[in-house]
Amino acid sequence: MPESWIDFIPTLLEGAKITVTVAILATLLAVVTAFASGLMSLSRLRLIRWISSIYVEVFRGTSLLVQLFWLYFALPFAGIELPKLLAAVLAVGLNFGAYGSEVVRSAILAVPKGQWEAAIALNMTPWQRMSYIILPQAALRMLPPFGNLLVELIKSTSLVYFITMADLTYQAMVLRNNYISWTSEILLLLLLMYLVMTSLVSFGIRVWERKWSEGRM
Amino acid sequence: MWDWNYALEILPELLIALRMTVIATLLGFLSAVIVGLLLALAIRSRWVWLRLTAKGFNGFIRNTPLLVQVFFIYYSLPMMTGISLPAFYAGILGLGLHYSTYLSEVYRSGIEAVPRGQWEAATALNYTKLDTWRSVILPQAIPPIIPVLGNYLIVMFKETPILSAITLVELLLTAKNIVSESFRVFEPYTLVGLLFLAISYPSSLLVRRLEKRMNLQRGK
Repeated sequence: MPESWIDFIPTLLEGAKITVTVAILATLLAVVTAFASGLMSLSRLRLIRWISSIYVEVFRGTSLLVQLFWLYFALPFAGIELPKLLAAVLAVGLNFGAYGSEVVRSAILAVPKGQWEAAIALNMTPWQRMSYIILPQAALRMLPPFGNLLVELIKSTSLVYFITMADLTYQAMVLRNNYISWTSEILLLLLLMYLVMTSLVSFGIRVWERKWSEGRM
Repeated sequence: MWDWNYALEILPELLIALRMTVIATLLGFLSAVIVGLLLALAIRSRWVWLRLTAKGFNGFIRNTPLLVQVFFIYYSLPMMTGISLPAFYAGILGLGLHYSTYLSEVYRSGIEAVPRGQWEAATALNYTKLDTWRSVILPQAIPPIIPVLGNYLIVMFKETPILSAITLVELLLTAKNIVSESFRVFEPYTLVGLLFLAISYPSSLLVRRLEKRMNLQRGK
């Protein structure tokens, strides 16, 4: 029997490692897909715009948990068996990539038209225009909504509990099973640990934003 | 890989579960709309303690996962208070409370968009606090935020599968039960995804149209 709630912390920290791993890998995937899909949605070619919008609508239109179930439980029947970590990262990353795609798109569209025209007047190639003029200005606008999405992403990693991945939530539920009378302490501790993680991240993003916007806006 | 006969065979059962999902969503949304407004008002309150409590609640709920909150309501609340809720109500309460914090922000933006002159006019006309809110501020604050509320309704609809964790028999759990009987996995889970898409995509188009129309009305 545990002496006090402090005894639960080491086990929960083990789970937190998995949570952080999934969150970091999924964030990387989400950022890459968000930029790819966001830029594609602004393409001149209709086919490319379609691909981007199908991706966004499918991943935003179906529930994240359903996507996770589909990737982990259904896909093996189509001959593709994914390890837990990969299924988790793919589901969370692609889901948030779809939301991020809209952020990237609207931030780029929000850059004043004169900036585009100036880049054209200076005879820049489309690539130069995007990477030297448009994206650096758009990136600052993306930061606050990306920060919100990141908090949502961290919270949503708790869903990997459903595919029995030993993340923070899973470890807590195992502890709860073993020590039913400590349920409230364990769950409160679990809530607090998520609160600490998400608060740290949103604080970090705010500091980053302030540093970045110095002398720019 | 894909068996149409089997898919058609399980579709009726899934549609019944879809009804449950929709009911849970609507009840959760209703509570979020009410609690969200109360939270928004509490955050604007003159009483410091009420303001701080509401803000603290808001921050805490928004920064922790819905799944864990639902576990807490379902497993811990009975132990702490002696009130034991059936899974259905625990799920609705969890969903409603979680999104009430998001909706309170939406209300806040609506309220702040009401021009100051409206407040001053209400004061000049000697309106009571209650009358000011009821007949001047809220009638102007709420219509512009209806599309945003619609978006959150769709978001909440997609979050309902989380409630399967506390055995609320919605769409995903029904599919899981079908899988455990038939051992055919591909059709049930794919159908669940398609059903979600079939409802949320048209709804989001509807919300977008509503948004456009309201912007036109306001001359934007």
